[in-house]
Amino acid sequence: MTPVQRFERLANLLAADPDLRHRGRWVQVECRVEIGAETFHLAIRDGALEEFARGRRLMRSVAFSIRGSDEAWQRHWQRIPEPGWHDLLALTKRGEASIDGDLRPLLQNLQYFKDLLALPRRLTEGP
Amino acid sequence: MAPAFEPMIGRYLRTEIDGVPHRIYFEEAGRGIPLVCLHTAGADGRQYRHLMSDPEVTRRFRVLAFDMPWHGKSTPPDGWQKDEYRLTTASYTAAIRAFCRAMELDRPVLMGCSIGGRIVLNLAIAHAAEFRALIALEAADFQQPWYDTAWLHRPDVHGGEVCAALVSGLIAPQSPSASRHETLWMYMQSGPGVFKGDLYFYRVDGDLRDKVEAIDTSACPLYLMTGEYDFSCTPEDTLRTARHIPGAEVQIMKELGHFPMSEYPAKFREYILPVLERIAGAA
Repeated sequence: MTPVQRFERLANLLAADPDLRHRGRWVQVECRVEIGAETFHLAIRDGALEEFARGRRLMRSVAFSIRGSDEAWQRHWQRIPEPGWHDLLALTKRGEASIDGDLRPLLQNLQYFKDLLALPRRLTEGP
Repeated sequence: MAPAFEPMIGRYLRTEIDGVPHRIYFEEAGRGIPLVCLHTAGADGRQYRHLMSDPEVTRRFRVLAFDMPWHGKSTPPDGWQKDEYRLTTASYTAAIRAFCRAMELDRPVLMGCSIGGRIVLNLAIAHAAEFRALIALEAADFQQPWYDTAWLHRPDVHGGEVCAALVSGLIAPQSPSASRHETLWMYMQSGPGVFKGDLYFYRVDGDLRDKVEAIDTSACPLYLMTGEYDFSCTPEDTLRTARHIPGAEVQIMKELGHFPMSEYPAKFREYILPVLERIAGAA
């Protein structure tokens, strides 16, 4: 599965994780996630994905955007990622990901977003 | 049935640091060579509870872990509310030396992690003769910052939650869930602005590039140990630092991150026991 194909399953992965939805119950934000050249638009309400769409939404503002290279997400989503690829901020430190926009809702709910963006790891086959 | 006590006991020590009265909380267990343990920024001495519960350690070492002023159960000094807390090389050094002196410890072994590891390097430069051996965990002469510490203390972001969420990525993925979350809990409990104030020392005041060459490991042995998943103090940072210190022993620890003693105690034990064995053997 390509990183984009994995990320397309995000809604199902979050739906199957009531604990993460509960921890995100105060999150109300629209944001953008870029997997390589592909863009996803996320509208999060009460920790759940109210809207999840592939492709850019014209004239639609978001609070923040998180961009990562295909390699960054592919390595981040290994079942046990290698050192330096295992955390969102490890990716930004090494320059393989970036975060722009109003970071306040991200930092207010940082663990939720780290865990949300790590969900595709569950699709990795392995011992 | 008898109460199921753990072996460590906790007490409050009254001592002055730079002429200011302090009430310092510490825990200890074991007997023999004093081994003073320094916690990471924004945390407290509980990080070392597994070491204090390990008979292989405590049969030869008197393990002591104190909470730095402002941390854990140590009280900030009178009037703390009027100032912004900022740890400096001078204040950190003074607190450690005051604790060791007040406890009448004879050339203790000193082990510190993260900022505790950085100050161990400072002490190796300036006060090596006071210690029997020095162990710097997750330490380097300099580390590249990877976030803006302004986020750690502001009214619209919960300090405890953001501190824990930031450092959570420094824990290795192999860390057992209970240990991972216990490590994070300590960050969630830290007082407002304390983690940020600790990092002042780390980022602004504690740059040791070009200074570590002065360390004389024949005066006091120095061990550098860093977890492979620590992307704040990376293995490369530690290895670079070790290259500038003749005689320093360096080890990169597999399946561990920035909090080896608390994030995966059983794994850390595999690395620290041989080091303590060598220190005890040299005594």
